[in-house]
Amino acid sequence: MLSHGMRQTGAISLHHPLGLILAVLNPWVAVGILLLLAFFATYTTALSWADLTYVLPATSLGYVLLALVARFVLHEQVSPLRWLGIALISGGVGFVAGGPALTTHQPQHDEVVVGVRGVSKSPLLAKDARGGAPGGIEL
Amino acid sequence: MNGVYTWGGILVIVVASVIGDVLLARAMKQVGDVHALWRSSGLWTVVGRTLRNPNFSLGIVAMAFAFFSLLFALSWGDVSLVAPAAASLTFIGNAFAARVFLHERVDRRRWIAAVLVACGVGLLAG
Repeated sequence: MLSHGMRQTGAISLHHPLGLILAVLNPWVAVGILLLLAFFATYTTALSWADLTYVLPATSLGYVLLALVARFVLHEQVSPLRWLGIALISGGVGFVAGGPALTTHQPQHDEVVVGVRGVSKSPLLAKDARGGAPGGIEL
Repeated sequence: MNGVYTWGGILVIVVASVIGDVLLARAMKQVGDVHALWRSSGLWTVVGRTLRNPNFSLGIVAMAFAFFSLLFALSWGDVSLVAPAAASLTFIGNAFAARVFLHERVDRRRWIAAVLVACGVGLLAG
């Protein structure tokens, strides 16, 4: 969306940096920035209850989604090497998703943690016990 | 000589990205579970507590630095080298940094995941 919007806006000269601010008024650029902000908000939310080494591989599913959109929506050619890349990322995310979301325990300011032995009893992981990833693994 | 600049740029991007991710992760752990905090105290408490956290601000600065380093590196090297190399090495660097600075238990499962994702991103973006 950002790239589509910036192509509509046209090249911005270094001598006229005001053009960069005006580019925000382009609806495609504005929606692109809003989606980036949404990504950042969901990424930081996920970091509040899960490990960095759990959340970060999951964000790479965005690359997979991009390749699938390129293949099936934009009808672009995806080379066998890229399919292998998709398989490796999916395998990696599957690997990490099979383990616990949080391996460090930090009691919350507004929660009393009683009798925690290992992360599986952490209230932070109670959501996992209900099934599915809480809050959505953000792409 | 351009290769030295390019790989130097990639190194700076990776280090800045890893610092940014680690600081953000630490900040959000200090803020606490956002869902629980939102339910108990409201959205503005979550936003205020996050924005007031110094690790969060420093993390944003580090990420912005990584972004501008990427722009510089792209002016020295090919996008087909810089983008996948920086993205892949960031996954590996984050696994190290999370273990050392965030005391996460990075077991074999997570190492394999980090390597698989790094290779996959390298192949996809290359």
